[in-house]
Amino acid sequence: MRILVVEDDPVLMDGLKVGLGLAGATVDEVATCADARAALAGSRFDAVVLDLMLPDGSGLDILAGMRARDDATPVLLLTALDETTDRIRGLDAGADDYLGKPFDLDELAARVRAIARRGHGRAGPTLKAGTLVLDPATLSATLEGRAVALSRREFAVLAALMERPGMIRSKGEIEERLYGWQEEVESNTVEVHIHNLRTKVGREAIETVRGLGYRVRGQQ
Amino acid sequence: MNSLRRRLFLILLAATSAIWLCAVGWIYLSSRSELEHVLDARLQEAARMVHSLVAGGNIAAAAQASPLPETGYERQLSCQIWSLDGHLVARSGGAPEEALAGPAEGFSEREVNGEPWRVYTILDADKGVRVMVGDRIGLRDRLVRDLVAGLLGPVVLIVPLLGLLIWVSLGGGLSPLNAVAGDIAARDADDMRAVSPTDAPAEIRPLLEALNGLFGKVEAARRHEREVTAFAAHELRTPLAGLKTQAQIALAADDKATRDGALRQTLVSVDRTARLVRQLLVLAKLDAEPASPTDEAADAGALLREIIHQAPARAGVTVQLDPALNGLLLKGNREGLHLTLRNLHENAVEHMAGEGHIAWRRTPDGLCVEDEGPGIPPEELARVTERFFRGRHKSASGSGLGLAIANLAASRAGARLRLENRTERRGLRAHVAWPSNKVPA
Repeated sequence: MRILVVEDDPVLMDGLKVGLGLAGATVDEVATCADARAALAGSRFDAVVLDLMLPDGSGLDILAGMRARDDATPVLLLTALDETTDRIRGLDAGADDYLGKPFDLDELAARVRAIARRGHGRAGPTLKAGTLVLDPATLSATLEGRAVALSRREFAVLAALMERPGMIRSKGEIEERLYGWQEEVESNTVEVHIHNLRTKVGREAIETVRGLGYRVRGQQ
Repeated sequence: MNSLRRRLFLILLAATSAIWLCAVGWIYLSSRSELEHVLDARLQEAARMVHSLVAGGNIAAAAQASPLPETGYERQLSCQIWSLDGHLVARSGGAPEEALAGPAEGFSEREVNGEPWRVYTILDADKGVRVMVGDRIGLRDRLVRDLVAGLLGPVVLIVPLLGLLIWVSLGGGLSPLNAVAGDIAARDADDMRAVSPTDAPAEIRPLLEALNGLFGKVEAARRHEREVTAFAAHELRTPLAGLKTQAQIALAADDKATRDGALRQTLVSVDRTARLVRQLLVLAKLDAEPASPTDEAADAGALLREIIHQAPARAGVTVQLDPALNGLLLKGNREGLHLTLRNLHENAVEHMAGEGHIAWRRTPDGLCVEDEGPGIPPEELARVTERFFRGRHKSASGSGLGLAIANLAASRAGARLRLENRTERRGLRAHVAWPSNKVPA
């Protein structure tokens, strides 16, 4: 799960990056409206956590801009103003959820998972492919009812493939999900993760489509 | 008399009545002169008629004609025919026996038996007669009086009707005023929309425009207040959110590095929050203390050296103090001056990107500090002294209160804070200036 956090307070930003990282998300951080627009134009995110009061404008403007160009990326607003009218204004501007500061980190993570899930067109909390089940809330996986131990990165790769079972994901797309901008991407790491995953959940679970990428078979 | 309606009513009624009275007076005078003219012409004609009927010297004066039925204007004309030697030859019925006029020909007036007459006399030497035809002036006056009374009668009836009509019309005429008043009275306290002056009568438009101006000001003040509240909420709750998040991370992290990082961030946040609280308290104190004239003065050089010494040093940032500031006595209480200068100094230091140079200089009307930071975008210059306003070039540790405090403290010390971007290079110049009559010596 790759998330863009737009927040200008350095301490809170650091907290969100680390906290959402603990919850299995890859976080990209920006502190201004201008940077947020650039980030949204350049990459795809599963969700955006948006502070309303930014040094160079209002988060609502970013939100309005996204919705105006049909960017349906789910957005959670973070704001110090949690009067009902402010919440209504935010939601009516196209936000998917709203959280007033200060908030509970676990609640924020759960809400981000929820809007990201909806963004992928899923209602259920878990990802399923055959007998393989992933639970993003606990970062746990089961195969035929038995728990499978996965590293955080492995979980992220598998989750990216299982969000749309049957769809092919390119290596680049998977890398984008795994790493924020600031992180160095090693050239063969996706292959390494796929290799490890196959030993844990079965060779046939992840199919290599030569020249295109990988896919997880849906219900058979 | 505060009712516009009553006031207008009385004015209109008085004016109408006065005009009416003038008209009646004018009609009275003009009818009277017209009547005189007509009646004089009749007298003259009647006299000529009688004269033409009188044959030379032989007047068979008829017996007195039987009296006419009473009409109120009976016996208006009387006629006498006198011989030239002064004998009354004949007279009309009701005519007095005494001569109506003197011997002269033409119009004359005379009192006969206590009654004034107007008479026309024709003297005919050939026929040897003097014909006099006369009118009772009293009757003439009555005629005019009756005419005017006929006019006044309806007036007495019409004036109350007219009053009623004026009263009702005034009500209708003033109804736009009531409509506007009703519109404003029906609003709730948050409704600061302008009253539309275009469909209102021209007379109350200035009032409505003034009212709209006031609405605008109130609305702006409220918006400003809302903004300050919003900024304050943001500045207070964001560090709390950061603290809570970092604390939760510290609790949840399984590795020491993450936990230590979270605790370090917690400390940073606590320090910043403590500074924010301190600044809020300073602001509250400044707000509570009115400006009081003071004879105190402080040496600018000594004050600044103390501030620079206390301020946390930043690597690569050098501070230069103009020697002319030594011995420059600044008016105002020491604490207020210290607050002003310290906040300006901290602001300058905070906005230095990496290495740079800060300079405190003496100016003709006070002193100024120059930094080499990013400056302030021109559109934000007027707002940066507002509480919690943090512009585009805010520093990471700023609270948005430093310049607000400097501004308030400067005004308490009788000085003015003026900010401008440096033109010769990047950076901000903050002036603290005293009005010319209080220039520190």
